[in-house]
Amino acid sequence: MKHLLSTSELSREDAIHLLDLSDQMAEVNTREVKKLPTLRGKTVVNLFYEDSTRTKTSFELAAKRLSADLINFSAKGSSVSKGESLKDTALTLAAGGADAFVIRHSASGAAHTLANSGWINVAVVNAGDGTHEHPTQGLLDAMTMRRRIHGLGATAQRDLSGVSVLIVGDILHSRVARSNIHLLKLLGAKVTLVGPSTLMPHTELFEVDVNLDFDDALAANPDVVMMLRIQTERMSGNFFPSEREYVRNWGLTAERFARLKPKTLIMHPGPMIRGLEICSEAADSPQSTIVEQVANGISVRMAVLYSLISGERSLDV
Amino acid sequence: MSSFVLRGAVFADDSVADVLVADGRIVEIGNNLQGDEVIDCTGLRLLPGFVDLHTHLREPGFEASETVLTGSQSAALGGYTAVHAMANTNPVADNAAVVEMVRNLGARAGYVEVFPIGAVTKGLEGAQMAELGLMNQSQAQVKVFSDDGKCVSDALVMKRALEYVKSFDGVIAQHAQEPKLTDGSQMNDSELSAVLGLKGWPAVAEESIIARDVLLAEHTGARLHICHLSTAGSVEVIRWAKSRGINVTAEVTPHHLMLTEQLVSEYNPLYKVNPPLRKQSDVLALREALIDGTIDIIATDHAPHAAELKDCEFSAAAFGMVGLETAAAVAQNVLIESGRSNWQRFAEVMSHNPARIGRDENQGEAIAVGAVANLTLIDAEAVRTIAAQTASKSSNNPYQGLQLKGKVVHTIYRGQFTVRNSELQKVVSA
Amino acid sequence: MTSRTVLNSDDIGRAITRIAHEILESNHGTDDLIILGIPTRGVVLAERIAEIIRRNGSAMPADFLGRIDITMHRDDLARQPVRAVSPTNIPAGGIDDKVVVLVDDVLFTGRTVRAALDALNTIGRPRAVRLAVLVDRGHRQLPIRADFVGKNLPTAKDERVSVLLSDIDGSESVVIEQ
Repeated sequence: MKHLLSTSELSREDAIHLLDLSDQMAEVNTREVKKLPTLRGKTVVNLFYEDSTRTKTSFELAAKRLSADLINFSAKGSSVSKGESLKDTALTLAAGGADAFVIRHSASGAAHTLANSGWINVAVVNAGDGTHEHPTQGLLDAMTMRRRIHGLGATAQRDLSGVSVLIVGDILHSRVARSNIHLLKLLGAKVTLVGPSTLMPHTELFEVDVNLDFDDALAANPDVVMMLRIQTERMSGNFFPSEREYVRNWGLTAERFARLKPKTLIMHPGPMIRGLEICSEAADSPQSTIVEQVANGISVRMAVLYSLISGERSLDV
Repeated sequence: MSSFVLRGAVFADDSVADVLVADGRIVEIGNNLQGDEVIDCTGLRLLPGFVDLHTHLREPGFEASETVLTGSQSAALGGYTAVHAMANTNPVADNAAVVEMVRNLGARAGYVEVFPIGAVTKGLEGAQMAELGLMNQSQAQVKVFSDDGKCVSDALVMKRALEYVKSFDGVIAQHAQEPKLTDGSQMNDSELSAVLGLKGWPAVAEESIIARDVLLAEHTGARLHICHLSTAGSVEVIRWAKSRGINVTAEVTPHHLMLTEQLVSEYNPLYKVNPPLRKQSDVLALREALIDGTIDIIATDHAPHAAELKDCEFSAAAFGMVGLETAAAVAQNVLIESGRSNWQRFAEVMSHNPARIGRDENQGEAIAVGAVANLTLIDAEAVRTIAAQTASKSSNNPYQGLQLKGKVVHTIYRGQFTVRNSELQKVVSA
Repeated sequence: MTSRTVLNSDDIGRAITRIAHEILESNHGTDDLIILGIPTRGVVLAERIAEIIRRNGSAMPADFLGRIDITMHRDDLARQPVRAVSPTNIPAGGIDDKVVVLVDDVLFTGRTVRAALDALNTIGRPRAVRLAVLVDRGHRQLPIRADFVGKNLPTAKDERVSVLLSDIDGSESVVIEQ
């Protein structure tokens, strides 16, 4: 693996390997000294064109726990008209001897462009590109499901065959949804998308089920309900009429939560808006994995960085 | 002025004859003609010089991407003897001064006749009508008006513009794109755009404007031309409009006849264009429409961009691709190599029809004694591997690396070789 | 390539048994004893040693066997393609103030053991760390020695020593290849 740009590019073997490795990294994160010398002398650049405290911090911790040097670069605005181009920024930072670029960008495909344009010969990790993908989020969600469903210590080499997952909310604009769809399907899970038709993309190539009726989808007793963040600016875009109508139809309300079987996992990539897409009863329940997801995120990112840059540097571009 | 004979060229109707050119005109067509120079054209296809109704020459304002001179040279190499230069320059060609300047730059370059297109609205802003009449009355004698790059989306503005240009037989060339349906759009709206997370440009945004505008054209009785049709649905609307006798013409670009949205899969901005590359089913419908006459012309939408505007993330990249030097090969692919049409249709879509729509004098005429010698000779058997860099200043060339059949050998503009043996000639400008 | 077998299945069994007894003897029993195998074959050897100790020891805690992956502490990561990482399992009571016996198959340069000592450091602070190996083939590059050795094996530096164990390799022997 040279880059991690999207979960759609992973093979099943790659995915299982990364998840197993993530579990091993999770063990490290329980140690008294949460630091490994593994990436000593390597440099990781956090190239963040969007505000993202959570993902940025998670990658930062991951890099530091593996003893890599870390450079945080934050830039606002991205187009050539607004200042230095992505190309020039990448060239400048790479000239300082970077081994990996972790890029968050508002443009879908920005990570692909950084990796494949021939500008630099550095491993690229996509930390979220526009409305395309957020592959480490997909991996951490799959990791969380594996650990909960199979049990700690029983995850090695396992996939998610037979696990039914609802992804609920603004699928259209969600890079989290896209990364999850590809990865969960690769791992054998059955994915159903739920949300208003205005926030549902063309799904033909995703090969998933779509059910616009949340209650109907819940009646099938899913193993996992993954709620996506709903951005209030979608209202002004006329994607749905009001908060009230959204909650009534697609919110994980206390009433809907009460109907779930006790083992159904409640997931949310954060940041969540209580009372809109998810109620506090669900968010704070034992079934909720929301806090675990954050912890697992660090392990997944350690696994990804280890897989990409611990070995000898390949000379091919 | 000296004379020359084009010996043994094959006409569009497959007949073979010599053509004697003297003093910039065709003097005689026959056999065994003699002149100061005899040029062996055996096996070459003789066609009227091509006319592009949709070229971006970028000057004034964006000379880093193209100039009237470099664009004219690229056009000549592509077999063109006339191009219509789009108005989205800086300053915008929305007044007599700018269109006259572009016209003069074209004349000074001397490789093709440059017809400036005037903007429909001031600053291409879609609100206040530009000085259409003054541009028409200027030395540039503008007859084609377009806000290309932007749509004249306001129905009232469009209706008034149609009414206004009707009085001097002008034509509005509409870039059909409903702006709100395409806000932030990056590629064709499809299953693929959903996977790539790129905001989709839905077909209906084009088709709904075309539907509205053909009805406005019917209502006003004015001439309407639709730029760069890109969808099967647009073809249906135009077909319906023509069946009603509405005075509408339509163009298609070479890239929409050849390339599909699949090329965008790797986020390569080279394939970012507006309207976007669509599906294979759209390509097939457009090819069919060009063959059956629903679509009148091929227009390049040659849109050069400096390297940095394409060497960046997809959403920051500029829309557009070059195409002057490959358009004839694409036309040949669609009409001739397919076995579906013939060289006469080729001459119509590349020369006669665009000149007729633009009301271009001495362009796109039948090859006959007395006509101005605007001629193109192509070797239909030659196969080229397309290089990124052409005579254009920009290399955003989507055909790079492809093998295309058909090569322009000679281009003759007003009796003067601008291209000879596929090489650009020094010209004496007017 | 020539190869000769230096230990057969019985030899290996006897060596493991002797190591197990030596560990018990030196530790004066099983108190505070932790056995950690170093992947891959050290884990199998540790299991076998633990089994013998379990049979012979008294008042043995149920959870005294584990494994410790040293990959992420290696000093040669950047010289090779990316290496696979194995799981680490530390007995629930931890290793603080315990006597940890590291188990590996072959002691050669000492770099693996150095990495294992570093790995232990991130987990806790043992009272003492001992090293048990099936084969000591010499050629140390670091000041490290084993406390319990199944067989001292003089080798040339360019020879390869392979330990085959039935659990992993299907057969059981120690082979020198040249």
